[in-house]
Amino acid sequence: MSVVTAEGLSLTFPGDVQALKGVNLSIDAGEFVSFIGPSGCGKTTFLRVVADLEKPTGGEVRVTGLSPEEARMKRAYGYVFQQPGLLPWRTVEGNVRLPLALMGQDRRTADQRVASVLKMVELDGFGNKYPWQLSGGMQQRASIARALAFDAELLLMDEPFGALDEIVRDRLNDQLLDLWRSTQKTVLFVTHSIPEAVYLSTKIVVMSPRPGRIAKVIDNPLPSDRPLEVRESTEFLSVASDVRNALREGMH
Amino acid sequence: MMLVVSAFVLWAGLWALNIILARRLSEQHARIAVPVIFGLTLVLVVELMVRGLNVSFVILPKPSEMVVRLFTSYEMLWEDFAQTILKGALTGYIVGCGAALMVAFLASWSDFLRRGLLPLGNFVAALPVVGLAPIMVMWFGFGWESKAAIVVSMCFFPMLVNCVQGLAATNAIERDLFKTYAASPVQQLGLLRLPAAMPFVLNGLKVCTPLALIGAIVAEFFGSPSVGMGFRIKTSVGSLSLDLVWAEIIVAAIAGTGFFGLLLIIERSLTFWHPSQRR
Repeated sequence: MSVVTAEGLSLTFPGDVQALKGVNLSIDAGEFVSFIGPSGCGKTTFLRVVADLEKPTGGEVRVTGLSPEEARMKRAYGYVFQQPGLLPWRTVEGNVRLPLALMGQDRRTADQRVASVLKMVELDGFGNKYPWQLSGGMQQRASIARALAFDAELLLMDEPFGALDEIVRDRLNDQLLDLWRSTQKTVLFVTHSIPEAVYLSTKIVVMSPRPGRIAKVIDNPLPSDRPLEVRESTEFLSVASDVRNALREGMH
Repeated sequence: MMLVVSAFVLWAGLWALNIILARRLSEQHARIAVPVIFGLTLVLVVELMVRGLNVSFVILPKPSEMVVRLFTSYEMLWEDFAQTILKGALTGYIVGCGAALMVAFLASWSDFLRRGLLPLGNFVAALPVVGLAPIMVMWFGFGWESKAAIVVSMCFFPMLVNCVQGLAATNAIERDLFKTYAASPVQQLGLLRLPAAMPFVLNGLKVCTPLALIGAIVAEFFGSPSVGMGFRIKTSVGSLSLDLVWAEIIVAAIAGTGFFGLLLIIERSLTFWHPSQRR
């Protein structure tokens, strides 16, 4: 079953900037799809269209069978931004509880849910801290917990680890894979990093700029159980080189 | 001459004491002790100089005379305080700042209001509104109501400018976040924009505190019943009771400092999360 479909999707910003042109894509439930490409290729814009944060100027998008706006109103997805975007006046717990409070969930169920997602991202014990008392990596994990809090089947992540160092990033990638396997969510993941895309995804969408379009969709044959060492395997390297070639071709 | 010399000696002595205390005491104790000793030094030095140089009572009464006046006339001073600060300044402050916050809410929803009001607000905030005092007295009479009206007009626009800025002080990610949650406008206001605006709101309240005091006191110069701090200052200068004038000034200073201190405590507890307040 398709969770996200795009047909002939185009988006032109005022000033005749073509962010997306003729994008066709279908994403099945339970897939982990990475979007990779140089700046200006429209990968973030695509995610924002799915989230109804931008309106397409042409074509059609369906999210869980609904229009993006209907899906947003039904809170069908959790969104993780490039920066954590945690509210500084709320504790970590308060931030994670925010979507639940907005959706009118009662306090006790919410508290249980908050505790369980904080545990999932290994932040149990930090619930009473304020975001500015945490490191960048912990803040980003808190923002992932917040996106998981209301258990939407779709998770949209826009370069969530872009601002973090390699070591923290590896660790968070590993945790994210575990999370994805255990929750069976569909993930759309924007990244700049080829190893990250290959390590995480079941499918890699390579995009190219001016106008933003899909250059190639690469299916990832790696098994779903991926220890960090998988990144030295020949299989991994061959997928990475496919992605690199597709990126290079896309530039022309 | 002896008194003048002893003033200098005292100054040097207490200065030295302060330096020693600042080094020896814990930071917390020194933060209180040093300014207190500094203030006492200043008062004592003025007392000695006024005595030693035979300064006329009209130019500067002895601090001891002011303090004596503070105690002997405390009933009158209290009535003046109630009239000017509690009725005039505080009422005007609450109404003016409250109205500004309400209008800022409206302006945050209406682009038209914001574009129209803000330039006007900046302009009016720069006007010497005290100049309106005689007009307000004509409109609202001699009582405290006209003083409150002046305070309202003095506080309204500086507060409005701060509140409008505050309600706009959210970043794109926070707004997008609330959009992804399909949050209602009321939820967005209560859970995002209002908390984000608090540092600005408190800043506005702090800016308005001295304005309210000045407005309420000066406005009484243009007509008031026979009570009030401005009235007392004006009539006491006329009858050369300068000790009473200074007593009123001391009361005003204490009231202003006290209220400002209260605001600082509120600021600390409400906006502890703001980078300027984090410990």
